[in-house]
Amino acid sequence: MKKARRITSMVMALAMMTGIMATATGCQSNANQSAASSAPASSQEASSEAASSQAEPEGKVLNIWCWNDEFQSRFNAYYPDVKEVAKDKSTTTLNDGTIVKWTINPNENNNYQNKLDAALQNQESAAADDKIDIFLVEADYALKYCNSDYTLDIKKDIGLTDSDLADQYKYTQDLVTDKSTGAIKATSWQATPGVYAYRRSFAKQVLGTDDPEKVQEQLSSWDKFDQVAEKVKKAGLLMLSSYEDDYRVFANNISQPWVDGTTVTVDPNVMRWVDQQKTFTQKGYTHKVRGQFTDPAWTADQGPKSKVFGFFYSTWGINFTLLGNSLAKPTSEGGKEEVGNGIYGDWAVCQGPQSYYWGGSWICGCKGSDNIGTIKKVMQALTCNKEIMKKITIDTQDYTNNKSAMNEIANSDYKSAFLGGQNHIKLFADVADKIDMKNCGPYDQGCTEKFTQAMNDYFDGSIDLAKAKANFEKAIKETYPELTEVKWPS
Amino acid sequence: MKTQNQTVRNTKRIRYTKWGYLFIAPFFLVFLIFQFIPLCSTIYYSFFKYFRSGLKIVGPIFIGFENYISLFSTDLPKYFGNTVIIWLIGFVPQIVISLLLAAWFTNTRLNLRCQGFFKTIIYMPNLIMAAAFSMLFYTLFTDNGPAKNILVSMGIVSSQFNFLASVSGTRGLIAFMNFLMWFGNTTILLMAAIMGIDPSLYEAAEIDGASSNQSFWMITMPLIRPIMAYVLITSMIGGLQMFDVPQILTNGVGNPDRTTMTMIMFVNNHMYSKNYGMAGAISNVLFILCAILSLIVYNSFTKKSSFDSPAQKRRGKVNG
Repeated sequence: MKKARRITSMVMALAMMTGIMATATGCQSNANQSAASSAPASSQEASSEAASSQAEPEGKVLNIWCWNDEFQSRFNAYYPDVKEVAKDKSTTTLNDGTIVKWTINPNENNNYQNKLDAALQNQESAAADDKIDIFLVEADYALKYCNSDYTLDIKKDIGLTDSDLADQYKYTQDLVTDKSTGAIKATSWQATPGVYAYRRSFAKQVLGTDDPEKVQEQLSSWDKFDQVAEKVKKAGLLMLSSYEDDYRVFANNISQPWVDGTTVTVDPNVMRWVDQQKTFTQKGYTHKVRGQFTDPAWTADQGPKSKVFGFFYSTWGINFTLLGNSLAKPTSEGGKEEVGNGIYGDWAVCQGPQSYYWGGSWICGCKGSDNIGTIKKVMQALTCNKEIMKKITIDTQDYTNNKSAMNEIANSDYKSAFLGGQNHIKLFADVADKIDMKNCGPYDQGCTEKFTQAMNDYFDGSIDLAKAKANFEKAIKETYPELTEVKWPS
Repeated sequence: MKTQNQTVRNTKRIRYTKWGYLFIAPFFLVFLIFQFIPLCSTIYYSFFKYFRSGLKIVGPIFIGFENYISLFSTDLPKYFGNTVIIWLIGFVPQIVISLLLAAWFTNTRLNLRCQGFFKTIIYMPNLIMAAAFSMLFYTLFTDNGPAKNILVSMGIVSSQFNFLASVSGTRGLIAFMNFLMWFGNTTILLMAAIMGIDPSLYEAAEIDGASSNQSFWMITMPLIRPIMAYVLITSMIGGLQMFDVPQILTNGVGNPDRTTMTMIMFVNNHMYSKNYGMAGAISNVLFILCAILSLIVYNSFTKKSSFDSPAQKRRGKVNG
């Protein structure tokens, strides 16, 4: 009897532990289904589907998936057919009665993509009104979706024409071109050339001038950048906030894609970033923040109490992130976006040591959508319409994906009060044409993340470089089991 | 007549059993669907190459024990070691302080006031979500955080010291959080155990001139051993499954140098590419390790050991 009781209690203890196991076995049945369903449908089939669905009545619900409210706020403010927006912003009603349903899943820890992937795999079996119609992707992982069959060809399937797309920056189309078919699979309302945003007051103090052209002269190469960093340190300030602040500038100028076949190749230019950060850390030029958006210290470094000289940011970073961070009293607490609130107006932008881009959001039409007509209208209005694009830029200081509109603003007397009266659109227009996306690939996101994380320990001084390299190799193989080898520059 | 009576009694008994099964059925159904079937498929898929590359699914291809072989050629023992070390440095102070508090709270001679208040306060940290707690500690103890600045200005740590870049600092913080979250729970469990002891034993000991120290070691400790075994086993299983606190504190990296990477964080790393094969293999290894450790603990706590012999000897002497 006693023995029996003991056995029972042990069985119960084991049963408790089985909770561990459940974590590893998510939604296998779904995965199996989609393996069957992801058989490639030829584009002809897809286009005939699109043509027929245009004739059919459109679905009453337009499901849009994204990771923050950036596109939502653009949509609500600039899409001409918006009738009303729900109080909690979860839905938007269009003039023809279509209800736009917003599904926003934050990005942290790959959350957005995990949820999106799961939803895409259920796309086929979902009810018509639950199917995703539009989802947004970022540059770092755009190819993962654009190389797949889940995205619609914006010309053949959705019906945008070459003349619609003529005014867009070419790189914004190259980046989302399906590598196997050559079809353009997404379209964006923004182009995201990167610049260096610096504090005017600090530039005057350290360099004797805050004129963007003169500052650019002193920051035009990495050697000069390092020299300025030394001066900045002497003045009691910091050059950079996070270890990762200028990673993208180096990583965008690599000479080959991260991954070829199953081999990861670390580019010499990326290793140059490692050397620079190690030196900067040892000499005390940085604030040693790990990561960027996840760390409140990084955000604070863009605010009124900061000692950081400047930040590498692209277009959206200026108006969407930096502006908000620089206010002493945020707009949510009744602060105004005006000179005098925090360090509004104390910023200026210059090109920096190397040209690069950072981020950007693309709109994808999702296969299986019953709202092709609406998707076409949305894409036309928000990514091809010159007037709307121009208005977005003037209202929000965002840089939009329309060459002629941007050139008009660049050559006008447009001024940004936030940037102390600078016409930054002119600078963006100059650098946007230089962006080269030929070395981007579907592994960029994981490589960037794992590489910077592995190197952080080396910068902190807790391990040596060889160990950090080994940790990157481990992490990247965990993340992408298909990768087998990592090559380092000699 | 007699036989009829008997059959009536029998059918009654059967009907009772039926109700019993009916009442426990929901648990077993839920267990079967949400635990047992996933458990079996975890074991099953751990023998397969099965992951996602982008949106493309690779496998499942049967590869035998290859996942397990590659697992042991990587750092699995290191991650298991990390987990055990972090659990131990949290659990040792946890059990000591919980025992002490439980003994004080139940001590009739001390008769502490405001017990309800203290018990609530002690239990409070357990009510906070682990992720929020961990985020809070991250903000406090980052290199530019307030807690670090205070400690530096008090002269306790040097300004060069970075909690999240040092092995002991990071492991210490994780262990400290686990300690804070769980010592209240353990205290309450141990109090229940101590209050279950017959007070006449203590009275007898007191009459015999036992100090409170002696009655704690000779009476309390041996008699709460079943609960101690329960506390130890549940805490160990919870400790081996440690995930949310280190995951949030180190942003999923297990820095510095992967020394705070726990077993479940390692599983989670493989879930980025939905690698059911490898993740399943790690889970199975962890399952087996958990089972072995639990068996050891259970056996050592339920067998008659030398632990209670002094008390018996003493009791024998008193009686004699």
